[in-house]
Amino acid sequence: MVTSITSFGRSGLYDWMIQRVSAVVLLVYTVFMIGYLLMNPGLDYEQWSALFENTAMRIFSLLTLLSFAAHIWIGMWSVSTDYIKPTGARFVFQSATGLLTFIYVVWGIQILWGV
Amino acid sequence: MYFGAVFMLYALGLSLESQQGFNEAVEMLETSFFAKLIAWGLVSALLYHFFAGIKHLVMDFGYCEELESGQLAAKVTMGVSVVAILLAGVWIW
Repeated sequence: MVTSITSFGRSGLYDWMIQRVSAVVLLVYTVFMIGYLLMNPGLDYEQWSALFENTAMRIFSLLTLLSFAAHIWIGMWSVSTDYIKPTGARFVFQSATGLLTFIYVVWGIQILWGV
Repeated sequence: MYFGAVFMLYALGLSLESQQGFNEAVEMLETSFFAKLIAWGLVSALLYHFFAGIKHLVMDFGYCEELESGQLAAKVTMGVSVVAILLAGVWIW
């Protein structure tokens, strides 16, 4: 049996589920942000920073950030295991993906908690 | 989208950093053609992925999996995405 050690959840079924749950989170956040920006055309700094100071918004944003990280990993993993056949090149690609994803998570948390 | 998220996070960070940073981010998106182009490109990719993802979820529930309905769903996804992308372009410019 071939087992994968680089997938997100070590299980295809688990990855399948996480990909869909994270997709719904990203979908809801996207709809919320587009709606918010459309309804507040003259948005100013006070209102914008107040939105992100709100604990509920921080939880929502962090949830989205973590969903983004999982979604990215599963998506990039699927693409790289399908199309990058040489192990070395795939390893480098997946390592770079992992590093960038980690940077996004830390950077994102810093932005969210720096408000 | 994955690499484009750098610009999204940068703009978010800048806009939340301070009043001055917020003004800078707003000015960039209001005056710079290049910033608008990046924003539109990113939003376009996001919108297409958004609608294609919804189609994917619909198919997960067992709908539009036949040849005819599947092709129709694919065409609807493309059509809706094109309209949304054009509207986004109007919004950004």
